[in-house]
Amino acid sequence: MPQSADRILDHASLFNEPEYLELFARKHALENRASPEKVQEQLDYTKSWEYREKNLARESVCINPAKACQPLGAMFATVGFAKTLAFNHGSQGCTAYFRSHLARHFKEPCAAVSTSMTEDAAVFGGMQNLIDGLSNAYTVYKPDMIVVSTTCIAEVIGDDLSAFIASAREKGSVPADFPVAQAHTPSFVGSHINGYDAVIKGVFTMAWEGKTREPNDRINIIPGFDGFAVGNNRELKRILNAFGIGYDVISDVSDQFDTPTDGTYRMFDGGTPLETVRNAINAKATVSMQKYCTEKAGAFVKEKGQQYASFHYPLGLGATDEFLMKISELTGKPIPASLEKERGRLVDAMADSSAWLHGKSYSIFGDPDFVLGMTRFVMEMGGEPVHCLATNGNAEWAAEMKALLATSPYGARAQVWAGKDLWAMRSLLATEPSDYVIGSTYGKIFERDLGIPLIRLAFPIFDRHHHHRFPVWGYEGGIRVLVTILDKILDDLDRKTIKTGISFDMVR
Amino acid sequence: MEAEAKAARRQMIADVLAEYPPKTAKKRGKHLNVFNEGDTDCGVKSNIKSVPGVMTVRGCAYAGAKGVVWGPIKDMVHISHGPVGCGQYSWGQRRNYVSGAITGVNSWVVMQITSDYQEKDIVFGGDKKLVKVIDEIETMFPLNKGISVMSECPVGLIGDDIESVAKRKAKELGKPIAPVRCEGFRGVSQSLGHHIANDVMRDFIIDPAANKEDPSFEPGPYDVMIVGDYNIGGDAWASRILLEEMGLRVIGQWSGDASVAEVERGPKAKLNLIHCYRSMNYICRHMEEKYGVPWIEFNFFGPTRIAKSLRAIAEQFDDKIKEGAERVIAKYTPMIDAILAKYKPRLEGKKIMLYVGGLRPRHVSDAYGDLGMEVIATGYEFAHNDDYQRTTKYIKDGTVVYDDASEFELERFAQALKPDLVGSGIKEKYGTQKLGFPFRQMHSWDYSGPYHGYDGFAIFARDMDLAINNPVWGMTKAPWKKAE
Repeated sequence: MPQSADRILDHASLFNEPEYLELFARKHALENRASPEKVQEQLDYTKSWEYREKNLARESVCINPAKACQPLGAMFATVGFAKTLAFNHGSQGCTAYFRSHLARHFKEPCAAVSTSMTEDAAVFGGMQNLIDGLSNAYTVYKPDMIVVSTTCIAEVIGDDLSAFIASAREKGSVPADFPVAQAHTPSFVGSHINGYDAVIKGVFTMAWEGKTREPNDRINIIPGFDGFAVGNNRELKRILNAFGIGYDVISDVSDQFDTPTDGTYRMFDGGTPLETVRNAINAKATVSMQKYCTEKAGAFVKEKGQQYASFHYPLGLGATDEFLMKISELTGKPIPASLEKERGRLVDAMADSSAWLHGKSYSIFGDPDFVLGMTRFVMEMGGEPVHCLATNGNAEWAAEMKALLATSPYGARAQVWAGKDLWAMRSLLATEPSDYVIGSTYGKIFERDLGIPLIRLAFPIFDRHHHHRFPVWGYEGGIRVLVTILDKILDDLDRKTIKTGISFDMVR
Repeated sequence: MEAEAKAARRQMIADVLAEYPPKTAKKRGKHLNVFNEGDTDCGVKSNIKSVPGVMTVRGCAYAGAKGVVWGPIKDMVHISHGPVGCGQYSWGQRRNYVSGAITGVNSWVVMQITSDYQEKDIVFGGDKKLVKVIDEIETMFPLNKGISVMSECPVGLIGDDIESVAKRKAKELGKPIAPVRCEGFRGVSQSLGHHIANDVMRDFIIDPAANKEDPSFEPGPYDVMIVGDYNIGGDAWASRILLEEMGLRVIGQWSGDASVAEVERGPKAKLNLIHCYRSMNYICRHMEEKYGVPWIEFNFFGPTRIAKSLRAIAEQFDDKIKEGAERVIAKYTPMIDAILAKYKPRLEGKKIMLYVGGLRPRHVSDAYGDLGMEVIATGYEFAHNDDYQRTTKYIKDGTVVYDDASEFELERFAQALKPDLVGSGIKEKYGTQKLGFPFRQMHSWDYSGPYHGYDGFAIFARDMDLAINNPVWGMTKAPWKKAE
C-alpha cells in the first residue's frame, strides 16, 4: 500500500506507484486502444513538415487559440473604474467563466453579475432580465457606476441596450441620474482586446455626453488589457509622478486586482473615479499603452480634439525611451534625471548578462501589442525571434511586426503568424524550433511535447503565482523581464548539465 | 440544536433577505432555510431560474455538458461549437486526469477545439463550417474514436441543424458523432446540461452500439461500471483500486479517464455504481429500463462512508465479493487509523461551511465527521429536490441550507457563522480568504486530490489540516490593530 500517514502521496506521485501502474494496465486492456506503434507513428507524424502544411492549411477548426472573447476584456476594463460593477447581459454561464478566468490568473476575487437570460428571454428578449438585474445589482452591491456589456444571446437576438436601460430607469431599477455605461461586446467578433476597447469607449461616451471640451494640460493614459496590470500600472504611475505631470490612468485595475487579506473583503478597490473620466475629455492628449486595445477609444478621443499616441506594450529599452520622449513632448517637461539613471541600470543589466542572452532564439505568442513589445526587447538583448504569433492579430499587425523585425539584424530569421493558433505553433516549433518560448501558461504544451522551455510573460498565467504583481514596463520592468528570461536560460543549463556535472558551474 | 441558536440562524437569513428589493427577497427566501431534523427535505426550493443581477455562482448547460459529462472522455474530440470564449475558459480547468494518453495524438481532453464562430457564421449559419471542422479534425487527429459537438448559445438561436450534420458525418466516417444541444441559455444551471449530455450519450453512443463488436471485452460475473466520477485529481482511480481489490472487475469509468469503448460497453455491466447522482442518474435509469442493469449510489468520501458503500456494493454479489469487501476494509484500517490519529486532534471541533455542485455538499459531510469536524452550513449550485431529500440523511439539526446562493449571501453567512473553513469554488475562494477564513476549492480539490477512496482520504485530511492550520490565518490583523 503506497499511502501512509507519515508520507502522504497525492496525485503528483501516488499514481506512479506500482499498484496504480498495474491498475492502468488493466484499464487500458479494456479501452480498445490503438497499438503503441500506431500512436508513436502518429506522434512522429504530428511533428513532420507534411503535418505542418496540413495544420497551417486549416480554415475552419481553431485548436488551442491564444485569445478569449470580447466580454472578458469588457469585464477587465470595467473593474478598472472606481466602484464600478461589471454587468453582463446574457446567459449566466458566460459571467461565471469570466470571473473564474480572471480569478485563476490574478488569484483575486473577481465580481460581476449577469442578467441570467434563459430560453424564455431568448424568445421574448431580455428586457425584464435587465430591469430586474439592474435593480438587484444596484440595491445589493451599491456601486457608483454600472457598465452593461453583452454576451452572445443578447447580441444574436439583438437586444436594444439603450432602450432597455432607459426602461429600467423609468421603472426605478436605478435612480434617473445613476451612471450606466454600455458596450456591445459580441463574442463572435474580435477578441477580448476589442471588448476592452468597447468599454473604454462606452464609458467615455456616457461620461462625456453633452460636455464641451475645455482643453487643459493633463494626459490620459489607457493601459489596455494586461495580465501584469497590477505591477505595470503602479510602475506607470511612478514614472509619470517622476515627471511631475498631471495625468489620469483610465481604467486602473491595479488595486482591484491586488486587495489585501486583512479581514475585509473589498468588492471594489481603487480604480478611476467617474469624475476623473468626466474631466478626461479636457485632457491635452490620450496615450494608449496598447494600440490594438484602444482602436475605437483612440478614434473617439481624436474626434473630441485630443492628441492621441499609442504604443505596443512598451517593454525594454527603446520602447521605454520612446514612451518617455513622447510624454516629454506632449507635456513639455524634461525627462527626469532619476529615470535616466534607471535607464542606465537597465543597460547595465543587459551588458552584464549579454553573453548569456546573445544569440538565444525565442518564439513569442500573445496579444498583438505584447508580441510586438516582447519581440523588440528580445532583439535589443541580442536574441533572435523565430516565430511571432498572435491568434487575435490581423494583417495590420503582421505588417507592423515585419517592419519591426526589419529594423534589426536579429529579426532576420523571424516569421510572423497572424490569426494562427497554438496547435499551428506546435507544428512550427516541431519543424523550426527555437530555444525558448515566451507566452502564457498555454505554452507549457510546447515544453511537454517538444521540450522547449516556456517563459511565462503573457496573460493568462494560471500555473504560477504573483507574477502580475511585478511590473514588466519601464526600465525597472525591463530588468525584471531580463531576469525572468535569464533565470529560465540558466535553470535550463543547470538542468541539462546536472547529469554529468560537467559545466554544472557555481559561477555563471 | 437549541431553539435559541436555531432562531439566531433564521434571523441571520432574514437579515440578509432584508437587503434585497422586496420581489427578490420573496424569491430568494424560498431557497434559504435552517434545517429541522426529521424533515423529509431541506425546506428549500431548487432548480429554479436564478435571479438576475444578484451574482449567482451558477454556470450553464454547456458547462454541465462539455465541462462535466462529455469533456473527460479522452479518445474523443470535443468541439466547442460557437464563438471562442466558452471553450477557452473551460480549457484545462476541471482536472479530469487521463492515463496512458498523448494529448493531441490519442487524447484531446486538455485541448480547446472550437469552430470559433465569426459574424458571418451567425449571419449565414454554421452547418457548412461544422462539416469542414469535422473534416479538418479527421486530418489533424485521425486516431480519434468519435467527436462531440458541444453547442454554445448562438447555435440554437440561429437555427443550425447540427443533428443532421452529425448523422451524415457519422455515417461517412463510421464513428460516433454526438450533437449536444447544450446552449448556455437552456435550463437554469449546469444541471440541464448534464441531462442533455446523458440523453445524447444514450442516443448517439450507447444504444447504437448495443450490437457492436467489443474485441477487448469478455463479460464476467463481477463486471461493474463506475458512473459519475470525473476523475478530478485521479478520484476514479483511487475508487477503482478498491473495487478491483474486493474482486470486482471495473469495465468502464464514466466519464473520468473514459474511452468510447467503455461508454459503449455500459449496458454490459452487472451493476452500475453511481457516485455523482445529479449528473448521471439519467443514463443509469435508461440502462436499467432498457438493458436491465441495476444501479446503486455509493459514497467514497471518508472511511465511514467508504466502508458502508463497499459493504452495500458487496451485498449485490456473492460471498467471495463480500469477503473481499471485508478484506479491503481491514487492509486499509491501520493506515486510516494512523491518519485519524495524526489529524483528528488538529481538526476536532472545526466548523465547515460548504457551497458546491453535484454531490459534494452532502457526500463529503461524513468525511469531515470522520475527522471530528462538523458541517454547519451547506448548499448546492444546481441541485434538484431529490438531492435535498438525500441531504437530510447527512446533515444535523440547525444546519443552514442555501440553494443557488448569491455571492452576497455567502459572504454574509460566512461573516455571521464564522466557520473555521469554507469549501466552495474558485470564484468564492479569494474573497473568502480576504475575510480571513481558510478555504478549500471543493470542485477542483484546490489542485490537489484525489479525495475519493482510502488513498484519497489521507490527502483530504492533510489538505484540510494545511488549510485550517496554516500560520497565515493568524496574521491577517496588524499587531498594532490587535492592541487597539
